Amino acid sequence: MRVAESLNRALHEVLAEDPSVRVLGEDVLDPYGGAFKITKGLSSRFPGRVLATPISENGIVGVAGGLALAGGKAIVEIMFSDFVALAFDQIVNFASKSVSMYGRPLRLPLIVRCPSGGGRGYGPTHSQSLQKHFIGVPGLAVYEVSPFDDHRELFGEMLALGEPCLLFEDKILYTRRLFGDGVADDLFQYDLLPGSGGVTRVYVDDPGQADCVIIAPGGVAHRALAAMRTLLLEREISCLLLVPRRLYPFDVTPLSPLLERAGAVVVAEESTAGGTWGAEVAHQVHSRLWGRLRRPVSLVHSAAGVIPAAAHLERDVLVQDTAIVRAVQELLT
Amino acid sequence: MPERLLEEITENLSDDDLGLLLLIRHFERKLLDLFGQGLVQGTTHTCLGQEYVPVALAPLLDERDFVFSNHRGHGHYLARFRDPYGLLAEITGREGAVCGGVGGSQHILSGRYLSTGIQGESLPVATGVALHLRDAEPGVLALAYVGDGTWGEGAVYEALNMAALWRLPLVVVTENNGIAQTTPTSAQLAGTIGDRARAFGCRFLHVDSRHPHEIRDALRPLFERTRQGAGPLVVEFATHRIGPHSKGDDTRSAEEIRHARDHDWYPRQGGSPRFARLDAEARAFVEVVAGEVLARPLSGREG
Repeated sequence: MRVAESLNRALHEVLAEDPSVRVLGEDVLDPYGGAFKITKGLSSRFPGRVLATPISENGIVGVAGGLALAGGKAIVEIMFSDFVALAFDQIVNFASKSVSMYGRPLRLPLIVRCPSGGGRGYGPTHSQSLQKHFIGVPGLAVYEVSPFDDHRELFGEMLALGEPCLLFEDKILYTRRLFGDGVADDLFQYDLLPGSGGVTRVYVDDPGQADCVIIAPGGVAHRALAAMRTLLLEREISCLLLVPRRLYPFDVTPLSPLLERAGAVVVAEESTAGGTWGAEVAHQVHSRLWGRLRRPVSLVHSAAGVIPAAAHLERDVLVQDTAIVRAVQELLT
Repeated sequence: MPERLLEEITENLSDDDLGLLLLIRHFERKLLDLFGQGLVQGTTHTCLGQEYVPVALAPLLDERDFVFSNHRGHGHYLARFRDPYGLLAEITGREGAVCGGVGGSQHILSGRYLSTGIQGESLPVATGVALHLRDAEPGVLALAYVGDGTWGEGAVYEALNMAALWRLPLVVVTENNGIAQTTPTSAQLAGTIGDRARAFGCRFLHVDSRHPHEIRDALRPLFERTRQGAGPLVVEFATHRIGPHSKGDDTRSAEEIRHARDHDWYPRQGGSPRFARLDAEARAFVEVVAGEVLARPLSGREG
């Protein structure tokens, strides 16, 4: 099953199991089923609970906040995550504030789905990874889809949280296969790191024997895997990949023993550098493991610039597996 | 609606209506007084001169209706709950505060009443609530108070578009006091609010009257139609803010302020004996409230 189908199936199950959930977004109705088909079949199966909206991102997220305020649950699709900038006010100033600014906890079950990332030639305003702009907002959880994850469980966790959640879905994953049975490929296996609240670990034989740990969100997982393959086969360097389900709030504690044992940590993400999720993770690692690392945590980002439309130019800007290989090698020399 | 003589406004009201108007007036006067003494932090936006709007609307609303208020919301809150203790405790951060002192003057949630401090932000949220009500609680409506300045925000139009498309039970009450903070409406609003509302196919009513009975008579059938599925209603009150935007920031000329004061419902000559009695009662009650609330310990916060 591909990741797009897995997300679609998860939404079908969520709507079937919980009649209080509604889905809103632009062009989400059948037969189109959303720009990436993640909402396909929903409007036919759940008439009245799936709403096609005008092109009004701030308005749609506000409506979703109102549905949640009135006792329902809402899942919003932002067609391209770049457009979530238009809903910044409703997310940061209303939804995330409302869970606490009225002096007592208020439940606001609300998910904003954000198809993000480049690699598909959509150009500067349809390819960005804007996660970093939403990191560190109290009352706002940031998640990212991973090809290792159980997406039904993911939606369940977000709705149960009772707080607004942003879910970044790297578009490059939609057509990729969902991993299953703990097997990533012929070299790597994966499982959930016990006690980590949804961090997948990917490794060769023993997760405790890695030379380096790579921490990366779901959208970068394939590039990290490709880098790990190169490093293992060509340099005999073994890496452990950690893919967290939730980017914020993020607690590095359950990862610490693995990071300490390796002593070398790379964080890779597709965003541009500066005020990033990776920097937040690195700070936590430094605070906890300072003196027990061989070198400071190495951050891997895309180049500081717009994301060009042409494939060859886009490739030059976005994080590739080669950049991760380079970062690991530099860290270990 | 034709302008009525100012004296008629207060004289034709029941003791209850007049008492509520006076409670809001004296509550906010006391707030400005407390602000001057340094007992109110931050800022406070008073609705002096506009109190009759929420007082007129109060009996048109059911307790199941949602009310969304804005930065200038003390009158909206008091007209709904008649709870000066909880509101003053909220504004001064004392025990018994409606929201533990976290929200303050501009961010209050109590039952189906919610205020936020950002212009226009509440309209998409009210639209979402109205969507829920349309399907889950037919006959119940969401009402949002906004100012004339709020019509500069794109969120207003996104919300009106959806509310009209989906025929939602939403009432948008605009308190057009002719000035957005310090900017005259004529310098920040092209065209008219009525034309903007009608452009979305919303029903619209402009209200010049300051007489609660007249306002209620005009609005009752329109509210009823909104409850019955006729779609959103936009009401524009031509009103006058006789105080500053917040505190000490009134840049209007003496003549403009005098013009606003000329439209105050509060009689300058002291009014009738009944008015004088209710006025003294409200003033004394607010003094009791303030004394009691300010003697309370500081608020703790929950959760």
